[in-house]
Amino acid sequence: MSVGLVGLALLMGLVTYPSRALPLLAPGIERLPKVAMEYLRLVGPAVLAALAAVNVMVVTTEGGSPTFHVGIEWLAVAVCAAVTAWRHNLLVGLLAAVALVAMARAVGFAALPA
Amino acid sequence: MDLAASRRRLIVEALGIAASALAFGFVYGLSARNAGFSPLEAMAMSTIVFAGAAQFAAVGYVVGGLAWPGVVLLTALLNARHLLYSAALAPRLKGVPAARRALMAHLLTDEAFALSVGHFARIGRIDERGYWMAAFGSTFIPWNAATLAGVTIGGQIPDPGRFGLDVVFPAAMVGLAVGLLTGRRELVAALGGAGLAVGTGLVLGPAIGIIAGGLGGPLLGMALPAGSGTEAARLGSRESAERYSMPGTHLRPDQGPPGDPSARSSREALDDEAGLP
Repeated sequence: MSVGLVGLALLMGLVTYPSRALPLLAPGIERLPKVAMEYLRLVGPAVLAALAAVNVMVVTTEGGSPTFHVGIEWLAVAVCAAVTAWRHNLLVGLLAAVALVAMARAVGFAALPA
Repeated sequence: MDLAASRRRLIVEALGIAASALAFGFVYGLSARNAGFSPLEAMAMSTIVFAGAAQFAAVGYVVGGLAWPGVVLLTALLNARHLLYSAALAPRLKGVPAARRALMAHLLTDEAFALSVGHFARIGRIDERGYWMAAFGSTFIPWNAATLAGVTIGGQIPDPGRFGLDVVFPAAMVGLAVGLLTGRRELVAALGGAGLAVGTGLVLGPAIGIIAGGLGGPLLGMALPAGSGTEAARLGSRESAERYSMPGTHLRPDQGPPGDPSARSSREALDDEAGLP
């Protein structure tokens, strides 16, 4: 069983724990400049959107070069975003996205992932 | 509200969040498995990092080939919001021994924060046992159990792509991002981050693209006039406690059980108790 990523989990835990613990163990230490707090507030949407966009739009060919990809995944992701915003429920959005892709592939409108 | 009644309500609320944590934990375990994580690695993430959005993101980083320093940097930035949850609880937990506060900190999630602060507000004081109930019962136990199930049972699903399961990860990322779009600055940060990530990714590779989008998107958002971001919930506020990890499933103090006359007042008391805006 692979254990290489346990080290990564430890490092991720190491940088996560202080933000949870420092104010509880040393009150007052959490004060950051306003501009830093504003930047941190915007990191979440930016990182998550970047991950999703790269995942569905950039594929790496066998030769290792990145290429632009267009597929049913775009529509599925858009449907998930719309349903989540409408229903305020990510689970429902995920189900809609998965159902769309499954149906499209079942009727031959979309290719299976390589 | 007396302690026993408030704890009963805490348990009911925790059960709802636990159901959601079970579903998402399973999806996380499945995504981790599809990304090549072993059960031990997926479980290490869920027990040591114990932060849903950051764990989902880590799956994407690993698939994208991002080097560990980049993963660690983005994780630190993504999880920095916990500073304000912790800061909001700190004055109330001063009387708890430091060793126990250190453990409480590890279990501090959006859900634990929202549940426990609401409970403290209802009874008008700290209830350490209530915190443990909220932290372990609503999230830690179900999240880890479901991760284990997803990363192990997920392997029994033949040809996941046929069922559209390969789209779960990007859809979850976008859904989580939607939960954070509380103002124009967030929207620009998200769209800008996505555009930067794709543009850079096509030239320099997906891993570099993710870093460029994650670090550059917020700068684009901040380029908007400051006033346009004021509608956004401040980190550490009650609203912000409801917007990460599992949008639509967090505690909403104004949505107590039907006929519960304390529901509205507890919402107001919650803010006073936590000293939040």
